[in-house]
Amino acid sequence: MAIEVRIPTILRNLTGGDKAVEGKGGTLAELFTDLDARHPGLRARLVDDKGLRKFVNVYLNDEDVRFLGGLDTPVADGDNVTILPAVAGG
Amino acid sequence: MLTIERALVDQIIAHARADHPDEACGVIAGPIGSDRPVRFIAMVNAERSPTFYRFDSQEQLKVWREMDDRDEEPVVIYHSHTATEAYPSRTDVSYAAEPNAHYVLVSTRAEDETEFRSYRIVDGEVTEEEVTVVEAGA
Repeated sequence: MAIEVRIPTILRNLTGGDKAVEGKGGTLAELFTDLDARHPGLRARLVDDKGLRKFVNVYLNDEDVRFLGGLDTPVADGDNVTILPAVAGG
Repeated sequence: MLTIERALVDQIIAHARADHPDEACGVIAGPIGSDRPVRFIAMVNAERSPTFYRFDSQEQLKVWREMDDRDEEPVVIYHSHTATEAYPSRTDVSYAAEPNAHYVLVSTRAEDETEFRSYRIVDGEVTEEEVTVVEAGA
């Protein structure tokens, strides 16, 4: 078992075109670090020094992680994570 | 170039007028790779603001899932400017993350006339494109 992570079109150049990848970790932050080892550059597109990038929506089992614990949100085998670019502007 | 049916243009303008002076936003989905906008989806502006818009993240997930299930993609992503011209702002450009989408901007700043323009926004570069409005079934 692992954690399935769905990747949006704009980031699939970092996953060799794969729509979904698998990773592991006890928190979202650890999961992103784990993914970055196999898909270098992915973490930097999701996280900056202030935490989760505001351009990105991350969902854990369909819940926006901003309303859970952000990067500290606990994750476990069998969870599903979905990444979508936020649609926003001025 | 964006080719779009008149009924969809009218729906975007009606949504923008209804939400004025706040910005309105939404998507028109179409079959993947077709470059043809078909299914109109008005979205909630979670910011409810005259100067900013953001899709509600939960609604966006639901709509993006639906598109996935139906082999669709966001062919058009639209929003309104309510006091300025229909040209992408700096924030619009920095957020633009769908290189295949036509970014449609409408302006409701004039009461009797609605500007309707379309752009590609790729890697921070804005290119305006021609809009061809067709009748249904054309």
